[in-house]
Amino acid sequence: MIRSEILQEIAPILRDHLVICNIGIPSQELHAIDDRPTNFYMLGTMGLASSIGLGLALVQPKPVIVIDGDGSILTNLGTLPTIANNPAPNYILLVVDNGSYGSTGDQPTYTGRKTSLAGMARAAGCERVVECRAEETGDVLQEALEADEATVIICKCESGNAKMPVITMDPVAIRDRFMRAVATD
Amino acid sequence: MNIHKRIAGDLVAAGIGFVTTVPCKQLAGVIEEVDRHPEILHVPSNKEDEGMGLCAGAWMGGRRSAIIMQNTALGVTINTLATLIQFYRMPLPMLISYRGEPGEPVACQVEMAVHTKALLAQLHIPAYHFHRQEDVEELPKILDYTFMCSKPVAILTDASFWGGY
Repeated sequence: MIRSEILQEIAPILRDHLVICNIGIPSQELHAIDDRPTNFYMLGTMGLASSIGLGLALVQPKPVIVIDGDGSILTNLGTLPTIANNPAPNYILLVVDNGSYGSTGDQPTYTGRKTSLAGMARAAGCERVVECRAEETGDVLQEALEADEATVIICKCESGNAKMPVITMDPVAIRDRFMRAVATD
Repeated sequence: MNIHKRIAGDLVAAGIGFVTTVPCKQLAGVIEEVDRHPEILHVPSNKEDEGMGLCAGAWMGGRRSAIIMQNTALGVTINTLATLIQFYRMPLPMLISYRGEPGEPVACQVEMAVHTKALLAQLHIPAYHFHRQEDVEELPKILDYTFMCSKPVAILTDASFWGGY
């Protein structure tokens, strides 16, 4: 399975929750599959999805699901100790680990070689870390929502992208729509 | 009241309840106050761009946020300022220690000091320079201004400012 197939499968779970989605093709795929006011699409700033999601989870009670990638986590590795040491029970970091930089032409990342993100998350102090196969993502995500404990999911999948249009929504419109959704009961 | 308590109090009075910090010697006292303040959630970050991500999330969650960092961090955060904070139009007060100004003992700090105001100007980031003790009186107004216009705003605090206390 590739990332777009995973997103397609978990879309029914995502649609009821606040989602911070990673830059580039992941956001384009989610936007095309199920555009929701509760989705915050990153149009730039590689690496910060997990940080934005943590800030959001720490100040309000709704569950926050971050859809991130292995390349983006590798570029902001400092995020893992911050997540571990500031635990937000409503925080779920779902790393779609396809061992490649999907948005730039599928160049390999180190997670396809010796580096284990699950191992790094545990070493950083994250207590609930689940590594799963792509096919298990929906069940693991549902369990994380019920766990009431900060969870890092490393979902191992195949490299590849669906061809989806670039997001042309205005960033301020994305952000304003998202903030209204956050504030709605 | 000492300056550190005063600054932390001004942040809270401006409605700020989430602060991230990356330490600097000049900022040690204010970071300690922020950490101690019951109305501020203090989340130290490992790098300033990570910190700006945390601030963006907290602000979208309904909590006003701020970052405390050194001016060298401008070298780390240009992309984040342009493509996250400015592109999505988010307010972000940045309390910055302005290292490398007269009184500075470390030569290397001057290398980023000479770029600090130029980089802020290039990014069209409003910047205020606290040099004398009494300059702190402008802080509440600058914080209100930041949330009024939803922009990143820099407050540069140099060695003379901190030395005055």
